[in-house]
Amino acid sequence: MVERKGWHSIFSHAILILGVIAVVFPIYVAIIASTQPPGSFLRGTIPLVPGGRGWENYQDMFEIGLRSAGTPPISLMMFNSLVMALAITIGKLAISIISAFAIVYFRFPFRIFFFWVIFVTLMLPVEVRIVPTFQVVADLGMLNSFAGLSIPLIASATATFLFRQFFMTVPEELMEAARVDGAGPFKFFKDILLPLSITNIAALFVIMFIYGWNQYLWPLLITTDSNYYTIVMGIQRMLNAAEGDPQWHLIMATVVAAALPPVIVVLVMQRLFVKGLTETEK
Amino acid sequence: MQTKRMTFPTGWLPYALLAPQIIVTMIFFIWPSAQALYQSVLREDAFGMRSEFVGLRNFERLFDDPVYLNAMGVTAVFAVGTTLLSMGLALLFAVKVNDMLRSRETYTTLMVWPYAVAPAVAGVLWWFMFNPSIGIITYMLEMVGYDWNHRASGNHAMILIIIAAAWKQIAYNFIFFLAGLQSIPNSLIEAAAIDGASRTKRFWSIVFPLLSPITFFLMVVNIVYAMFETFGIVHATTQGGPGQATNILVYKVYADGFIGMNLGSSAAQSVILMTIVITLTVIQFRFIERRVNY
Repeated sequence: MVERKGWHSIFSHAILILGVIAVVFPIYVAIIASTQPPGSFLRGTIPLVPGGRGWENYQDMFEIGLRSAGTPPISLMMFNSLVMALAITIGKLAISIISAFAIVYFRFPFRIFFFWVIFVTLMLPVEVRIVPTFQVVADLGMLNSFAGLSIPLIASATATFLFRQFFMTVPEELMEAARVDGAGPFKFFKDILLPLSITNIAALFVIMFIYGWNQYLWPLLITTDSNYYTIVMGIQRMLNAAEGDPQWHLIMATVVAAALPPVIVVLVMQRLFVKGLTETEK
Repeated sequence: MQTKRMTFPTGWLPYALLAPQIIVTMIFFIWPSAQALYQSVLREDAFGMRSEFVGLRNFERLFDDPVYLNAMGVTAVFAVGTTLLSMGLALLFAVKVNDMLRSRETYTTLMVWPYAVAPAVAGVLWWFMFNPSIGIITYMLEMVGYDWNHRASGNHAMILIIIAAAWKQIAYNFIFFLAGLQSIPNSLIEAAAIDGASRTKRFWSIVFPLLSPITFFLMVVNIVYAMFETFGIVHATTQGGPGQATNILVYKVYADGFIGMNLGSSAAQSVILMTIVITLTVIQFRFIERRVNY
């Protein structure tokens, strides 16, 4: 390093520790609140030590759900979120990798046109065309279904670009050797490209799983049947219904259950996550 | 655009490979967007029975509508506030973490996980901590004599959603700033130190300018995030209120389309938002092209 550190280093650690506290504190408060007995939010402030009712609160929410809000048990909502997140993730990866394969390894009329059609999706997020997209999905009879929750979200320009970028770096010789040995496009894709892409697929998987799990607006619009509620949007239903008498200990248990799966994915696969995040933005 | 030097013979196969992506894009992206364009020049009666062509009238009405102009102002304040707060803190943390040797990994892990938290969940977390009757931060503010109530004060509500949005976004900015800092050669900083430049001077005259491409890129990404991806924060917490204080544009499109059932106006708002996203995306991509050259 450049110079002796001493006080400066202590100062740096102090800033970082404050930063970490600011980052971690909200989720700490949520976890503490989720362990409180029902009456602890009527007066004063939120307690900062566990309340000893954690097990019962989570058991209630997992098995019964919040009746007053009409939301199903959180086990069901987590299951719905998981199905939606996996369908979106796998769907995006599958259709993007084959599109990139077509664009890089074939020369055919309208290639550039198709590329631009895919590119355009980047510029049209759901949030800006809410009403007409809802109408399309309603006309197709896809409300309250897993297909409706996932299929409209599986087009992916970012994944297609990333795979295209990666395929361009795959040495030409591999393709030439494969053709000399008589491999057709399917065999080349399955035995050469796919194995080479594993790291990229894994990195994208992490990013897209988080994207899928965290969907909010879309499930909010197309699910009216509570059996299809996902957990992130379910929280809002609880807050809404509980305006008068918020069951904060139960709502916070749901918040923790909604945040935990994607957070665990990031913590366990931090390297892949950082790779996925920085590569998709190139 | 390039392909490989050697390609597979063309037949129906490439079209079949592209079909799923193109079909999904056509049905769920292009078609609804075209609908939005079409509806933006129509005016439907209250029952949706008849509609007539009104040209650009929907747009004119929007720009005459103080509620819409207010939503634009609110969105600007929110986007700028969120961007500055989260980028400022992320840069500070990244610079400090970059100085660390042994503890770098630990700090990074502790900093990056909020990326995985849904905006709506982030909103609820802070909504709870600032709760006017039981919130922990409200309680602390009360001890120093400050009365917090985001249900009554528009400014308080705005501060609340800015904090929630920025909190979630710090992780993203942090990762990019840290990657940028690690790509700056140490020799530059050492040379400046030998010439007697202080820590602050080294940061502002060497490190910060070298980070400027990343800073610019993050600015665009953060503005897009604040404008379009924070719907959940507003919807789950303030719902645009109190008054119109946190009525950001994406929330208003939703509220006018689904609650107010004003399709023409909602479609016109969609078209305006599309224009904004397209502009920002073009800026982002032009910038990336330049970065590759340099």
